[in-house]
Amino acid sequence: MIRSDAPVLLEIRDLRASVEDQPILKGVSLTIRAGEIHAVMGRNGSGKSTLSKVLAGHPAYRVTGGSVLYRGEDLLALQPEQRARIGLFLGFQYPIEIPGVSNLEFLRVATNARRQEQGSEELDTFAFEDLVRERLQVVQMDPAFLDRSVNEGFSGGEKKRNEILQMALLEPLVAILDETDSGLDIDALRIVAGGVNQLASADNATLLITHYQRLLDVITPDYVHVMAAGRILRTGGKELALELEESGYDWVDAEIERLESTSAQRITAEVG
Amino acid sequence: MVAIPVGELRVSARTTPGQDWLADLLACVPEASSSLMAARQQRARQALAGESLPSRRQEAWRFTDAAALAAIPAHPLTAPDDLASAAALPPAQAAVLRLVLDGRTDPLAGVSLPEGLERLDAGALEPLLGQALSDNGSEASWPVLLNGAVASQVLALRVSQAVSTVLELLCDTAEATGVLGLRLLLVLEPGAKLELLEVHRARGASCTSVVLEAQLGRGARLRHGLLGQGPAQQAGDDGEIGSAQAAPVLLHHLVAVQEAGSELELISAVSGWGLVRLEPQVVQRSGAAFTRLRGLQRVDGRQVADTHSRVLFAGPDGRLDQVHKALADGAGRSVFNGAVIVPRQAQRTDASQLSRSLLLSDRARIDTKPELEIVADDVRCAHGATVSRLQQDELFYLQSRGIAAGQAQRLLLRGFCEEVLADLPAAASVWQPLANLMGESPAP
Ligand SMILES: Nc1ncnc2c1ncn2[C@@H]1O[C@H](COP(=O)(O)OP(=O)(O)OP(=O)(O)O)[C@@H](O)[C@H]1O
Ligand SMILES: [Mg+2]
Repeated sequence: MIRSDAPVLLEIRDLRASVEDQPILKGVSLTIRAGEIHAVMGRNGSGKSTLSKVLAGHPAYRVTGGSVLYRGEDLLALQPEQRARIGLFLGFQYPIEIPGVSNLEFLRVATNARRQEQGSEELDTFAFEDLVRERLQVVQMDPAFLDRSVNEGFSGGEKKRNEILQMALLEPLVAILDETDSGLDIDALRIVAGGVNQLASADNATLLITHYQRLLDVITPDYVHVMAAGRILRTGGKELALELEESGYDWVDAEIERLESTSAQRITAEVG
Repeated sequence: MVAIPVGELRVSARTTPGQDWLADLLACVPEASSSLMAARQQRARQALAGESLPSRRQEAWRFTDAAALAAIPAHPLTAPDDLASAAALPPAQAAVLRLVLDGRTDPLAGVSLPEGLERLDAGALEPLLGQALSDNGSEASWPVLLNGAVASQVLALRVSQAVSTVLELLCDTAEATGVLGLRLLLVLEPGAKLELLEVHRARGASCTSVVLEAQLGRGARLRHGLLGQGPAQQAGDDGEIGSAQAAPVLLHHLVAVQEAGSELELISAVSGWGLVRLEPQVVQRSGAAFTRLRGLQRVDGRQVADTHSRVLFAGPDGRLDQVHKALADGAGRSVFNGAVIVPRQAQRTDASQLSRSLLLSDRARIDTKPELEIVADDVRCAHGATVSRLQQDELFYLQSRGIAAGQAQRLLLRGFCEEVLADLPAAASVWQPLANLMGESPAP
C-alpha cells in the first residue's frame, strides 16, 4: 500500500560494500515507507543477498560508502543484534543449522531480546509456549520442530517456515525476506506467503527478494526493483515482474555496459 | 651463557624430580591390610622402583605434560575423617544408590544393596581382579602401576540381573592433598544391566587415580556416566590456574571387556583439572558387541586434558560409535588419541570415530589423532577430526535475532556441550554438568 505521507522506515543512499576488497554493492539507493511491499529481483550473483546481509550487519562485508537510515537513525552504526532489536528482520536465503541449541530456547531468547527493547515484559517459559503455539499457526508448523535443534536436519522448506515463524514472533518493522519462496512446495508457498501477508500492516514494510512471479502472485508488491551488478537498475510497479517473466534479463547487459562506460567516461573526464 | 655449579649438575644427573617424587610417594604409602591387595601393591611398587613420571619422550604421553603430578604432595591423601561427609553434596535422587569412595573406609558399610547387586567376596575376587587389565595388556602401564602401588582396597560388585537403581560412585577429595588410589571392579553377568554414574571432584593439590575394570557377559548392558569436576574457573582467571596452588589431577583408567551381544555406553565430561587423563579402553573379546563412547573435555587457564581411548575388536561383527569433543580456551591443552584396532579376525567390524574440537583462544592448543590399525579387509571404519573456531555464520545468525554477541557465543558453546551431555544418565543432573563445564556454577 503506497501512501506518500507514510513515515520512511528505511532510506538507503548510494550504498557501497565490499567483501575481501572486492566491491559487490556499487551504489544502491532505495526508500521504503511504512505499509509498502518491495520486491527485489535480479540474476544470480547480482548482489541481492549481499544487500540484505549488509543491512543486517554481517561482519564479512565492509561498507565503503553511502548511508542507511532506519527511522532516521544511522543503521550502519549499530551492532547486528541491536538492528534486530529495533525491528529489522532478515529471513535468510540459507538459514544456519545450530546443533545442540534447542529451537524453542532460541526463539524465546530472541523474542525476549526484542520485547525488552520495546519495553514489554519478558516472557517466562510458560507464557512463551503459549505465544509460540499461537504463532506456529501463521506458518502451520508442527510443534515438534520446537524441540529440535535450530534448523538442524530441517528440510529446505522447513527451514524457511522456521524463518517466518521467527518473523511472526519478532514482529519486525522492516522484514527482508531473501528467497523465502525457494525450496517451498506449492502448498507451502501458499501457506508461507499467506503468513507474510497476514503479518504485513500499514505500520511495517516488507522487502522480498525473489526470482519468481509465483510468489508475487500471492504477495502483491507495490514496487519491483531489478538489481544488476551491485546496483538497482530499474524500478517499476508489479507489472515489471511480469515483464521480466516474459523477457528475462538480456536487456540488463546492454544497460550495464552503458552505465559502466558512462561512469568510465566520467572518470576520464574528471582525470582529464 | 649461564654457568651451572658442577655439584648441582651431578645431582640432577643422578635422579630426576619425577623419580624423587615417585620414590617419596612409594616410601610413605602404608601397606594394604588385605593380603590380596598387599601382594598386588608389592608387585606394583617393584615395577615402579627406579621409574620416573611419564615423560613426553614416551609416545603415549607425547603431547601431555605430566609435570602437574610432581606439584602434588608426594604422600597418600591426607584428609579429615569426615571427608565422606555428604553435607555439602547435593542429595542423591530417588532410585539412586550413592556410594562414597575415600580409599579408606568401606563404601558398603551399612549399605543394603538392591536386588541384583552384590559384593564379590575375597574368594571370587582373587581370580577376577586384574583379569580385564591383562586381557587388555595394560597391567604394566604407568597409570595402572601407580594405582596398584597406592590403592589399598577394592570395591568389587557383581551384577546378576537388570538393576533398576542407578549406582552412583562419588569421590570428592575437597581440599585434601596427596595421592588417592581407587580400585573398582564390576562383573556384569550375562543379561545383567546397570546404570552407573561415577563422579570425581577435587579442589586441593590432590591426585585421584582410578582403575576400573568392567566385565560385560553375553548380552549385558552397562551405561556409564563419568563426571570429572575440577574446581570451577574464576572469570578472567586466565593462564593463572595452578600457579598459586597445584591444581588437582585425575588419572582414570577404564578397561571394559565385552562378550558378544553386550552393550557398553560410556559418556564422560571433564573440566577444571590441572591435569586429567582418561584412558577408556575396550576389548570386544569375540567381537559382535556394541560400544558407544561419548567424551567431552574442556580446558582453560593452563589446564591439560587428555583422552587416550582404545577399542580392540578381537572377533568379527563388532560395532563402535565414538564421538569425542573438546573445548580449549585460555592457554589450555587438549589431547585426544583414539585407537581403533581391527585385526584380521575382526571381519565386518563397523566402527565410526569422530573428533570435534573448538579452539577458543589463540594460546590454547589441541592435538587430536585417530589411530586406526585395520588389518581385516571387510570392514567399515569411518573417522573424522575437525578443529575449528566458533563459526562466524552461526554467531551472526543468532545476533541477527537480537541475541548479543556474548550470549550468542555462550549459546553455541552450550549447544556444543549438550550434544554429549544429553546422553548422561538422568541421575547426573544433580551435578549440573552443563553449568559446571561452562564454569557457571560455584566451585564444587
Ligand atoms: N562472503 C563472500 N565472499 C566472497 N564473495 C562473495 C561473498 N558474498 C557474496 N560474494 C559475491 O558477491 C556476488 C553477489 O552475491 P549475492 O549472494 O549477493 O548474490 P545474489 O544476488 O543473492 O544471488 P542469488 O540469486 O544466486 O542468491 C557474487 O558474485 C558472490 O560470489
Ligand atoms: Mg542470494
